[in-house]
Amino acid sequence: MLKVRQAAPPVPSRRAFLGGATVAAGALVIGFTLDPAKFAQAAPGPDLSGLPPMPNAFVRIAADDTVTVVIKHLDMGQGNTTGLATILADELDADWATIRTTFAPADATLYNNFAFGPVQGTGGSTAIANSWVQLRKAGAAARAMLVAAAAERWKVPASEITVASGTVRHAASNRQARFGELAEAAAAQAVPKEPRLKEASEFTLIGKKLPRLDSVAKTDGTATYSLDVRRPGQLTAVVAHSPRFGGTVKSVDDKAARAVAGVVDVVTIPTGVAVLAKDTWSAMKGRDALKVTWDDSAAETRSSDAILADFRKRLDSPGLVASKKGDAAGAIAGSAKVLEAEFTFPYLAHAAMEPLNATIEKAADGTYDVFAGCQLQTIEQAVVAANLGVTTDKVRLHTQWAGGSFGRRATPSADYFAETASIVRATGGKAPVHLVWTREDDMAGGFYRPMVVHRLRAGLDAEGGITGWEHRTIGKSIMIGTAFETMIVKDGVDATTVEGASDTPYALPAYRFEVHNAREGVPVLWWRSVGHTHTAQAMEVFIDELAHAAGADPVAYRLGLLGGAPRLSATLKLAAEKAGWDPKKATDKNRDKNRGLGVAAHESFGSYVAMVADVTAEDAKVKVNRIVAAVDVGVAVNPDVIRAQVEGAVGFALSSVLRNKITLKDGVVQERNFDSYEPTRMSEMPVVEVHIVPSTAAPTGIGEPGVPVIAPAISNAIFAATGQRLRSLPLDLSGLKGA
Amino acid sequence: MLKLTVNGVAHEVDADPEMPLLWALRDHLNQTGTKYGCGIAQCGACTVHLDGQPVRACQTRIGDVGEAKITTIEGVSGKVAEAVRTAWRGLDVVQCGYCQSGQIMSAIGLLSENRKPTDADIDGAMDGNVCRCGTYQRIRAAIHEAARTLA
Repeated sequence: MLKVRQAAPPVPSRRAFLGGATVAAGALVIGFTLDPAKFAQAAPGPDLSGLPPMPNAFVRIAADDTVTVVIKHLDMGQGNTTGLATILADELDADWATIRTTFAPADATLYNNFAFGPVQGTGGSTAIANSWVQLRKAGAAARAMLVAAAAERWKVPASEITVASGTVRHAASNRQARFGELAEAAAAQAVPKEPRLKEASEFTLIGKKLPRLDSVAKTDGTATYSLDVRRPGQLTAVVAHSPRFGGTVKSVDDKAARAVAGVVDVVTIPTGVAVLAKDTWSAMKGRDALKVTWDDSAAETRSSDAILADFRKRLDSPGLVASKKGDAAGAIAGSAKVLEAEFTFPYLAHAAMEPLNATIEKAADGTYDVFAGCQLQTIEQAVVAANLGVTTDKVRLHTQWAGGSFGRRATPSADYFAETASIVRATGGKAPVHLVWTREDDMAGGFYRPMVVHRLRAGLDAEGGITGWEHRTIGKSIMIGTAFETMIVKDGVDATTVEGASDTPYALPAYRFEVHNAREGVPVLWWRSVGHTHTAQAMEVFIDELAHAAGADPVAYRLGLLGGAPRLSATLKLAAEKAGWDPKKATDKNRDKNRGLGVAAHESFGSYVAMVADVTAEDAKVKVNRIVAAVDVGVAVNPDVIRAQVEGAVGFALSSVLRNKITLKDGVVQERNFDSYEPTRMSEMPVVEVHIVPSTAAPTGIGEPGVPVIAPAISNAIFAATGQRLRSLPLDLSGLKGA
Repeated sequence: MLKLTVNGVAHEVDADPEMPLLWALRDHLNQTGTKYGCGIAQCGACTVHLDGQPVRACQTRIGDVGEAKITTIEGVSGKVAEAVRTAWRGLDVVQCGYCQSGQIMSAIGLLSENRKPTDADIDGAMDGNVCRCGTYQRIRAAIHEAARTLA
């Protein structure tokens, strides 16, 4: 859709992306999901040798004792500012009450995400995992320098000095100093190359409930989000986009728009027509008064129903092989019982509460300042620079609090950054430009979770054991055509289309996973948990069907197939136990009328999550009463933030299970606001109980992994309650009857 | 020029009387704590108080405000507001936080009228406030907690 001038962003290292690759039966199964635990352990600490030591790249200690931790990631609500600060503060032995945070500038050398290679950015639930060793080393190095400074001042051996809660002590001489008193002298000390890191038993902050660092500013109106940025003399820009993806401006009559009070300028840019005004309301009124004729000759003009019909037709033909083992078709042919199922998934909008927006200001020296919820800083900086015709060193990024993202703020094309830059360029940089997408722009603007169809077939032997598994998927690749293609797409297979399916942990004697890459003109993107948003539903509902067909308890049946996945097994067992799962009841034909429990378990991004849903289902209505979740994320850095992410995942995903879908009619998006794409509301929210598996493994992420299991747990619970099997999302409840 | 009294301070605003209060607050008075979420009264992110009553600022024309006193997240105060803020912080309700100004303004409105709301009362008062991060469980708990401290 967006034709922007774009510099090729630096290419993340292939090695980093393929860190979790495994070879299965001759086919390379690409682990875009990686194993964050692996790269966390392998991640080097920052090279602090060329920097002023204190402040260094990650921590600054001021004379007033405040400790500022530099956050290289975007915090869009997942709480990573608190988590990242906890990791550093623990090794530093700082007083939590003195901890502050600041978002890092764009710097792919200092602040890259180890999971992304030489690219700074946030995604894939990697923030904590890729920072774990880095921030521990940064905190430990700063602590060692404070100790060295104290030893020098007091003329005592460093080995006799202790540090606790922001105070450095020498017990024998009864001397002590606060961090602030030592900061300047500490800055003059040599930076230790390999500072000693704590044993887990020595942690004082990690694993404890600490107050979130953003709770105060987010409850008194002082937290500054991207939409709250106010630069002197700034103009607000609202853009008229083509109603169809790929449409371009044919002609513009802006006379009436320019006559609207407050409107300052109207400019045509590659993505549409921008109206600049003194305030948002005037810009919106100006846009309403525009008369734009669109050229749809290159646009996607089909309806989503037509695209879906095309997908189904293509699924009749073999696709590219994502993974295979043995002769799945032959194994199924000789089975006692064969099950087949089809799952369809719609486009989904991210619909973060803060619509997309960004501000760019030109400085007197011809450099630029960008203020936004920056999520892929290295790419955003490069795209802004290219669109403004300057080198990247002339572009400074100022990351703000983001009002949600769920993936949308991280586009490989940095679409809304490019759009803002093109307006600044078209207006000569005379005034700072704040591009504001309205809710309607945000929802109809594309970059959706792809529409996907899965078709599955499996055989059971006389004892109910799986003989073979055939699985064919179609959807538009998120990665093909982006800077990430060379890293993620192997032999035409985009790992993000099949992750969570083709690399299933279930022990299948024979299998074949195939994929078709769709090519419709609807822009698609990762949506909180990416491919797992659909693969987990297909896998976990179908395995439930097989369990019931085998007359087995769904929990026991899964455990029987998960011998090679001990952490997922343990997580599943914990969820079942805490939910009061009763194997007898699960297979009892005389189960509770209209009320049932459903289970699902899934690994994503190196984290393991299992859920048991308790639902009441009757007469075209479903009420989710309770969700019991168990999660294994390695070391739980902030247990309460982890619980919050899982609770929130339920609230976030529930509306996509029950009703959300983006549809196109003749290429035009039909859902444009929260009335037709309604998020979960308070009265629908189930009770969510979260249990954390104790672990000493390196921490992984929890921003996304709570999402995949929600839909299948609910779907399976509806089956338990009613005997009706609902597969496709959103669930079609129209035919649902009581048991 | 229109006169608006926001958080006890009188302001003159040079804008179209049709302009929603939301944009006058954010763009003319630099009170950005009140958020834009949908513009059609479907999300509640812009909730402010007019003479103590919660209203959606996106649906309130500044020409219609008249003498009413406008209170926003930046200025809301008193026993109920303190109890609500304290509960929100104690339970770490926020995630992205973008909707929370509106959630808090609605919760203060509820507790000002009803010191001991039931779960059904909370559903009724809060269903118009969307939280895309899904913090509803903690919002509910925080309202009950605030009610307990106010009792």
